[in-house]
Amino acid sequence: MSVPKLEQLSKSVAQGPSLATGAVPTQDWMDIPAVFKSGNYAYPAKKDKVEYLNSQKGLYFPNAREWSPEDDDWKLPEDWKNIILNGLKERLDKFRSLKIFMDCCVRCGACADKCHFFLGTGDPKNMPVLRAELLRSVYRNDFTLGGKILGKMAGGREMTVGVLKEWFMYSYQCTECRRCSVFCPYGIDTAEITMMLRELLHLVGVGINWILEPASNSNRTGNHMGLQPHTFKDNVEFLVDDVENLTGVRPNISFNRKGAEILFITPSADVFAEPGLYTAMGYMILFEAIGLDYTWSTYASEGGNFGLFTNNETMKKLNAKMYAEAERLGVKYIIGGECGHMWRVLHQYMDTMNGPADFLEVPVSPITGTKFQNAASTKMVHITEFTADLIKHGKLKLDKSRNSHVKATFHDSCNTSRAMGLLDEPRYVLDHVVDNWVEMPENTIREQTFCCGSGTGLNTDEIMELRMRSGYPRANAVQYVRDKFDVNTLACVCAIDRATLTSLNNYWTPEVTVCGLTELVGNAIVQENEGENRAVLDEGLRTMV
Amino acid sequence: MPTIEHKGSSFTVDEDGFLLKGMEEWNDNWVDYVKASEGISDLTDEHNKVIDALQEYYKKNGIAPMVRILSKTTGFPLKRIYELFPSGPGKGACKMAGLPKPTGCV
Repeated sequence: MSVPKLEQLSKSVAQGPSLATGAVPTQDWMDIPAVFKSGNYAYPAKKDKVEYLNSQKGLYFPNAREWSPEDDDWKLPEDWKNIILNGLKERLDKFRSLKIFMDCCVRCGACADKCHFFLGTGDPKNMPVLRAELLRSVYRNDFTLGGKILGKMAGGREMTVGVLKEWFMYSYQCTECRRCSVFCPYGIDTAEITMMLRELLHLVGVGINWILEPASNSNRTGNHMGLQPHTFKDNVEFLVDDVENLTGVRPNISFNRKGAEILFITPSADVFAEPGLYTAMGYMILFEAIGLDYTWSTYASEGGNFGLFTNNETMKKLNAKMYAEAERLGVKYIIGGECGHMWRVLHQYMDTMNGPADFLEVPVSPITGTKFQNAASTKMVHITEFTADLIKHGKLKLDKSRNSHVKATFHDSCNTSRAMGLLDEPRYVLDHVVDNWVEMPENTIREQTFCCGSGTGLNTDEIMELRMRSGYPRANAVQYVRDKFDVNTLACVCAIDRATLTSLNNYWTPEVTVCGLTELVGNAIVQENEGENRAVLDEGLRTMV
Repeated sequence: MPTIEHKGSSFTVDEDGFLLKGMEEWNDNWVDYVKASEGISDLTDEHNKVIDALQEYYKKNGIAPMVRILSKTTGFPLKRIYELFPSGPGKGACKMAGLPKPTGCV
């Protein structure tokens, strides 16, 4: 799929009609069908991936088949409608939040222009209120007295194949970023509505490959990439060599080591692809500098959890392996790396899904003695909290001039900011590792941060135009600080961000590179024993030596 | 899934044009077929060296190598790999070698 030229797309975003319909809508939203064409949908999940997931204990992924959203016939099961309605009933009973979100919207419209997908596509069905209405209309029709009697007059509508197709279109044009929820006077969590839509669609075999393949990889090999234990180990060791070549100090590492104090888990992309590799080097440099007693795991080799983008059971299963491994190794607690959605799962679902993790201890920094009370139940500390605490206690020797090539700004990842409140720690770390950095405009950062546009497993190339559109509000803020303050680096704390913001910046702001925060920490750290073997690193860990 | 016929060979491919059955269906005709769409005019020993390295690694690991590992095993700097495969090692070279595309946070 070719992506339009920047001039075309920016004009279209600002002035053009809806992306979905190609025209300013003239009909009621219920009368406009979802039309699938190459480039506006992510590829359906491959048959063998669905079959594999369905064969796993505790998981249910029926109706594996070859199909295409562009075909009229999606090869749904014969009684698909009953399956969906029963599925909805079951979830209304199980999740009280869903029932409340279905009932309490007053259509005030506060959310409408807060969604990056709406801003980027101009499609009214991407207004969060309307996205929820796609499900709410069916709920009203079949589950409320008013809807059963008055039908369409009460905002109800019958569940049809057309409605199901619309669900597929718009539940995969939402990144579950929850920016809209910040502005909702009722606090309706649109992410949970999207999650329910996706769950219901899986009941009839409708899902996308870019999510189900990583989810099945993670179940099979321990990580999204599908790195087997020996490959995972080789990759980390390769990075150890790189760190030694660059800094002159070889970090000590270990794998699956019983009795280590801490288990370290990060997204597998950190040990596979740029620019995450530099962040992984940063972790190892940091842990070496403080002599941390920690281990990597080739079993719990993934921080991310594409189950969150799939359904409750998959999320629970993938999350459980981190704790199973922590228990097996007998560590005291877990430190988690720079991942976004892992922290949404950890902070908001883990405790009632797989917790409490009573076999672990409340995390205490072995270097500073700080007790991380915020992680008292999950027993998992964010690398940035851990680092900020080290800096606060003067335990790291940092040389900001080693980042003199960097003029940074900070992108709050949706999940770490809105789902766990990690707002000040990364800024505190930045203050201490770079000479100067600036904030993007205030309505685009912290709780109000704009999504990268490609989260929740939408970081696949076949929907590149959609991604560039939905990422435009973020890119626009990056452009602003680039033009005004010569910013050349966008720092963040999420693996999806690192990959997707790189594509986004390459398109909208090619002068700005993307890095993980811990890469900048790794650049700045002065190791006690670094001596003469340290190379001249004009570009930090990215220097070619 | 679409099927491609080229010089008497038949290949099943996915939506992105990667070989669905991987190396099982891979042969020289596949390389010849991908060459044109990747904008490679002459296939050299250097191309073959990259393809061989990718396949050998894949057999041992079930996944494509990190680009840095590919660069080390072939001895080609990253820049040279991009010159050889204009759409990059992940897309062009892996497609030509019959490897699947990596997924996840990449």
